[in-house]
Amino acid sequence: MSVVTQASPAAADNAAPAREWRPPSYWPFVIPALVVVLAVIIFPWVFTIWMSLQEWKVGSPTVFVGLANYLRLPTDPRFVEAVGHTLSYTALSVLLPLVFGTLAAVVFHQKFAARGFLRGIFIMPMMATPVAIALVWTMMFHPQLGVLNYLLSLVGLPAQLWVFNPATVIPSLVLVETWQWTPLVMLIVLGGLAAIPNEPYESAQIDGANFWQVFRFITLPLIMPFLFIAGMIRMIDAVKSFDIIFAITQGGPGSASETINVYLYSVAFVYYDLGYGSAIAVVFFLLIVALAALLLYLRKRLLWTSQLGSEA
Amino acid sequence: MNPRYILGRIGLWLSVFVIVSPAILFFLWMASLSLKFEIDNASYPPVFFPEHIAWKNYADVFASNRFLTYFSNSLIVTGCATGLAMLVGVPAGYGIARMAAHKSAIVILIARITPGLSYLIPLFLLFQWLGLLGTLVPQIIIHLVVTVPIVIWIMIGYFETTPLELEEAALIDGATRWQVFRHVALPIARPGLAVAFILAVIFSWNNFVFGIVLAGRETRTLPVAVYNMISFDQLSWGPLAAAALIVTAPVLLLTVMAQRQIVAGLTAGAVKGG
Repeated sequence: MSVVTQASPAAADNAAPAREWRPPSYWPFVIPALVVVLAVIIFPWVFTIWMSLQEWKVGSPTVFVGLANYLRLPTDPRFVEAVGHTLSYTALSVLLPLVFGTLAAVVFHQKFAARGFLRGIFIMPMMATPVAIALVWTMMFHPQLGVLNYLLSLVGLPAQLWVFNPATVIPSLVLVETWQWTPLVMLIVLGGLAAIPNEPYESAQIDGANFWQVFRFITLPLIMPFLFIAGMIRMIDAVKSFDIIFAITQGGPGSASETINVYLYSVAFVYYDLGYGSAIAVVFFLLIVALAALLLYLRKRLLWTSQLGSEA
Repeated sequence: MNPRYILGRIGLWLSVFVIVSPAILFFLWMASLSLKFEIDNASYPPVFFPEHIAWKNYADVFASNRFLTYFSNSLIVTGCATGLAMLVGVPAGYGIARMAAHKSAIVILIARITPGLSYLIPLFLLFQWLGLLGTLVPQIIIHLVVTVPIVIWIMIGYFETTPLELEEAALIDGATRWQVFRHVALPIARPGLAVAFILAVIFSWNNFVFGIVLAGRETRTLPVAVYNMISFDQLSWGPLAAAALIVTAPVLLLTVMAQRQIVAGLTAGAVKGG
């Protein structure tokens, strides 16, 4: 390492052999980032909480109203409806990518030619610009000219209205979200599969277990921690999902696909009701934290019961 | 080569085909839409390979709508936001890893959980007050919300795995902390720098939500410009698809070329901004 020898003579002025050598402080490295984080992450948060206590509309004077903005939330039918949409959208957008992502990971765990390249192709949906792919999905959803209804007709299924029907708009958007984010689950589970030792598989083979039994009783329990992480990340992203929904439906038809995030956009930047918007942002954040805590709790419960089950 | 092995290989390739086809077919269809004249795009059943290829869709995009302005806006915003994030984030990742200050990662976690729109309300007011709206500065600053946590998070992970012995040796030889960082730690962490840089570029380039609020007519980035095209030319699919493909093509190329770094970064931190 030539760099080390390069570095030593330059620092001779620092030598004070009598003084006890202490490990240096690393604070100077962190301070610039700390300033940035304070400015763009901490400051907005503090300001948001303060604003949520004000009646603050663009163009009119601000008035301190205490918790009034928060008390308005449960009586706002659009907000309550948006919570429902968010929860159903999130549940589907966590479960479907988990299932498909795990299956894809099992396949990508095998060895085959051009695996790296194909994996690169497979993760393209999640790296592509969301607005650009939303645009193409909008064309594919088109009831008369869209390619999806053509594909349905090929297998003899009736044409759908997709995102233009309030009853099917959320499942249709989940289809896009699943297409987009299954690769992330695949990558995380693939990392889990790579960490599994070979021995359990060898002994299962000796015992004559079939493919399904191996997957159910060896692979699945061992990748559980990774599935949990993937589910957690997926949950956080699905709750916050904005680009796809906004670019394809703007929350419509009517308000059938208006999630909390889309409603927050309307309140803050269409109606310019910044105080109320800030209250929604705070509650929205707390909802995500609560969902994450719920997942952690479920995981503990599951671990506990499965341990009991194995002892019995 | 027993038949069972061959059967297994066929099954494997079949599953690979099924798994990869939604991605491949989608992007091929996108390319097909962008290369067809309206008469082919509006025909039913859909035409996959057109008789006449409409290269003019691409020419139209570059000629109209100030596309080149928006392209350079995107380059400036992503370039500055990523550069600044590397500048402050890489040393920070180093400092946090060496101080073992794992609690500070909570801030990054909060940044990861917070919806992008929540940053927008206060920062929008701040930029308005500072009179910065109408320039690219607000977007560069707010993109730091995306890029800085990605860089810090990935660099913490990398510096934690690099060996300490070399750094200790250099310190005992009398090198300053800064020299140790610059000449010992940084060269070893070069793969990590690449991962952090690539992911920060991609997620900043793709960002849409900050632009729709902060960008004016002259300061739109490409995703916002494409979104605005939707409302104007609802029915000319060819140029729209061409524009969409141009916007996302750099990212797709980067994904296929640097898939190893991207996979490493995403599985290590699983970060995504906004």
